[in-house]
Amino acid sequence: MILEIFSYLLRFIAIILLQILVVNNIELSSYINPYIYVAFILTLPVTMKPWQIVFLSFILGAAMDAFSSTPGLHIAATNFMGYMRIHYLRATTTKEDIEGRMVPSISQKGIVWFSVYGFVMVFMHHLVLFFLEIYGFHEFFRTLSRVFVSTLVTLLLIVVGQLLFFRSKKGNG
Amino acid sequence: MRNLIFFIYKYYVFFMFFILEVAAFMLIYRFNNYQRASFVNYTTGVTSSFYTVVSNTHDYFNLRRVNDSLQIENARLRSELLTSYYKNNFTPTQVNDTLYKQQYEYIPAQVVSNSVTKRNNYITLNRGRLHGIEPEMGVISENGIVGIVMNVSDHYCTVLSLLNNNCKISAKLQKNGAFGSLVWDGDDSKFAALRDVNKHVPLLTNDLIITSNFSTIFPEGIPIGKIYAHSLDAGDNFHTIKVELFTDFSSVSTVYVIRNLLKQEQQDLQATIKQ
Repeated sequence: MILEIFSYLLRFIAIILLQILVVNNIELSSYINPYIYVAFILTLPVTMKPWQIVFLSFILGAAMDAFSSTPGLHIAATNFMGYMRIHYLRATTTKEDIEGRMVPSISQKGIVWFSVYGFVMVFMHHLVLFFLEIYGFHEFFRTLSRVFVSTLVTLLLIVVGQLLFFRSKKGNG
Repeated sequence: MRNLIFFIYKYYVFFMFFILEVAAFMLIYRFNNYQRASFVNYTTGVTSSFYTVVSNTHDYFNLRRVNDSLQIENARLRSELLTSYYKNNFTPTQVNDTLYKQQYEYIPAQVVSNSVTKRNNYITLNRGRLHGIEPEMGVISENGIVGIVMNVSDHYCTVLSLLNNNCKISAKLQKNGAFGSLVWDGDDSKFAALRDVNKHVPLLTNDLIITSNFSTIFPEGIPIGKIYAHSLDAGDNFHTIKVELFTDFSSVSTVYVIRNLLKQEQQDLQATIKQ
């Protein structure tokens, strides 16, 4: 148990460092703003209690807000995504998944399932984040296209990261 | 009562989500509005010192380029010194000091963190309240304007970058003084848009855009950029102007914060009008 918490803590720190030190420095275009840190919430095991998911989403958002000096922005988006994840997984997982302590990842559920799941989750996160950032619905279609492009890039990075680092460890994600 | 407790217990996750979400929206409403309060005071202690380490490493690799640009600036300033002018007159003139009262001070600072591709970009500088920095001071680089100081902690300050939805800067054309307001439309960090320039004002590409004398934040005449393209739609009262910015926001590292020594006096006077 202690070991498990420690491993999540390590993963939490690693993904925030990856986001602010590497991914935030990708300056290709104002349409490409990937936020890969949501992968932490995406890959929590299904056995985790709903309140734990919501709480971790809140903490993750707060940490990102502290580093990007945008109070509340990342909290709102990540918290929303964390809550939606509970409902999405409740609708799509089977009894065997829960008994087998399933982790939503490519190695356990396959690339197609994970891509659909990832796209829905990341899209909802980015939708809230980008519209709250502009704080209104002027520039509606420009912001919407930013959401789409960034979602695709985020998803691509998460999928590639999963294929690179978690392929060999079949069974425990 | 028992039913109410049971109801809350049954949907406790939803309530938890809802309360946290409302809290986030309150934070956004309270702090994201320009110049409302100082969120940075709570967070800069940890995050800014972290960004300082990152930025120090980054700066080391950029030393040569920074040196070059500072050397160019030095050369320009040196050429403006009195000692580099040939004295043409032989009647000695006396400078009466009471005629000249210093209005602007410049505080040098280093960029600690920066972004250019977000819709709302912010810059963090390594100077703060202890160095005399206050909110709503202008920030310029050696090439042109950068932004406006937003929040200040003891050792750091955050700057509302020109590349931000909330940033609006009063600007004018150098050649005829026609004024407008400069905003960023969110596409490219090299270009901004100049709005509200009346259609009867004649324009040419490469006309120089400078800061106007209307604001208490920037001195008059700080270069901003030049006109890259302009058009006038039929039936429109204002030009559509695309401005090429002089400041390269993606590589800005040394900046100056401007302190206006007469700002309080001007604002106090203007406040009496409203009463």
